[in-house]
Amino acid sequence: MSGNSLYLDGVSVVFDGFQALNNLSLVVEPGELRAIIGPNGAGKTTMMDVITGKTRPTKGTVRFGESDLTRMDEASIAMLGIGRKFQKPTVFDALTVFENLELALKAPRGPIPCLRWRLNGEARTAIERTLAEIGLTERARDRAGLLSHGQRQWLEIGMLLMQDPQLLLVDEPVAGMTDHETELTATLLRGIAGARSVVVVEHDLEFVRALGHRVTVLHEGSVLSEGSIDHVQNDQRVIEVYLGR
Amino acid sequence: MTRRLVLLACVVLLALIPILNLLPDASPFHVSDFIVSICGKWICYAILALALDLAWGYAGILSLGHGAFFALGGYAIGMHLMRLIGPRGVYGHPILPDFMVFLGYTELPWYWLGFDWFIFAFAMALVVPGLLALVVGYLAFRSRITGVYLSIITQALTYALMLAFFRNDMGFGGNNGFTDFKELLGMPLNTPATRSVLFYASLVVLVLAYLMCAALTRTKFGRVLTAIRDAESRVRFLGYDVTQHKLFVFVLSAMLAGVAGALYVPQVGIINPGEFSPGNSIEAVVWVAFGGRGTLVGAILGAFSVNAIKTWLTSFAPDLWLIVLGCLFIAVPLLLPRGLIGLLRRGGGK
Repeated sequence: MSGNSLYLDGVSVVFDGFQALNNLSLVVEPGELRAIIGPNGAGKTTMMDVITGKTRPTKGTVRFGESDLTRMDEASIAMLGIGRKFQKPTVFDALTVFENLELALKAPRGPIPCLRWRLNGEARTAIERTLAEIGLTERARDRAGLLSHGQRQWLEIGMLLMQDPQLLLVDEPVAGMTDHETELTATLLRGIAGARSVVVVEHDLEFVRALGHRVTVLHEGSVLSEGSIDHVQNDQRVIEVYLGR
Repeated sequence: MTRRLVLLACVVLLALIPILNLLPDASPFHVSDFIVSICGKWICYAILALALDLAWGYAGILSLGHGAFFALGGYAIGMHLMRLIGPRGVYGHPILPDFMVFLGYTELPWYWLGFDWFIFAFAMALVVPGLLALVVGYLAFRSRITGVYLSIITQALTYALMLAFFRNDMGFGGNNGFTDFKELLGMPLNTPATRSVLFYASLVVLVLAYLMCAALTRTKFGRVLTAIRDAESRVRFLGYDVTQHKLFVFVLSAMLAGVAGALYVPQVGIINPGEFSPGNSIEAVVWVAFGGRGTLVGAILGAFSVNAIKTWLTSFAPDLWLIVLGCLFIAVPLLLPRGLIGLLRRGGGK
């Protein structure tokens, strides 16, 4: 496994005077599974936006390996190997599960290559492997609009996997899921990390515990605490922020 | 399957029309000249509807200015038809069309050069709408202008072109446009034989355009377009350059609209700036919505059925048409979100 580290240093984002990120610094090593937690407005989503190029930082450094992400647009960052799963699952309802994965498969992205695209055996194998990984083999021919909420989340994770990312950003994957689905999702994400880095933003502490890896707590746009889930949960500052004074 | 059969039946019926026109007037199967010429027009409208459906129904680009591409294609072939009049104009000038003599031109403007060749004029009917779509589309899509804002820009585009073409010093005949055409490719225009030829040419182009669009929407490119329509930013995050894809389909669609206009003008014998009027573009959107957007057969069906209603209604109550059009514009999305095709599918199964 070769990989790049994600490196944020002194990143600040100001929206109309509101400090969404305040001198945030964070390093995610290759292959690491990292959970990010924090109360509403702590800057979790803004941090994702900065990494994926949706928002430009007001100041600070954002690097992935040697690449300066602050100078790249969303499409080039995606091609670099950074995939993002949004909070609200956005799969393409009008297309089948299989076609959704096919669109996400690594292949030339221009209009002409897409016109000439033929599904070959290698691509089919890759898609079928992902279908199995996310547990949707049976639903391959169904339109994505027919899937349940949990299945849509997995399909979206599958679409990220098809892009063979080095770093996966996952925004609140288990919001609205049943307990059983939450459990399956934790297993899925643990299986995915290792070969690639995974950053999970989540509210659900039980789920973060199930992931069983390093946790970063954000508060008011910067890092409040970092460590194992037990360490973080016993940190006095975290308790204050979460429970109020 | 139902849809394919409907389409095949339509094509066969249409192909019979010029043949039935040859029957003696007394025959119960005789079809009048009026029906032949009006169906010829509708076929061109159906090609325009296909073009619009490709951009709107598949890629979600709601253009309210597709009439402009249609009119530009018409003007390109109109310029050729004007050149073919030669010295037979009212003023009898060996080279200049009547309106230029009238306006005191001494020589042909440079942008009229080349239009004496049919091939050049036909190529321009593709190239000019294509280039315009390329420039407008590039500026709009690059700045991520979508939805209603894009619709307004395209609407403004066709309105601006209409005002420009109304001006005499544009060199396109001002508000009279072009008319009094004599012949095309050596065939005198006002004979039944030529009418049939143009009719069948349009029908062939319609079938070819349908097959091209159908093939295109079945490729991965077609699925990318659908994905852009439903969740544009998600497609961008998958690493697709959305601008390129939208631009490609928009230019293709504009060129197809240009071909439709080029087939239309020789059949109706006139082109003037009124063809650019925003209402025409909106009508085209209603055809597609009524037939069922996002299905190619629906677009074709919509063009024929809405125009049939229009012709029928304007024959006895012309004032009602705009009201009916407005009602369709509101009622179709509310009551028939999937258009006639949606009804057919619900009724006939799959």
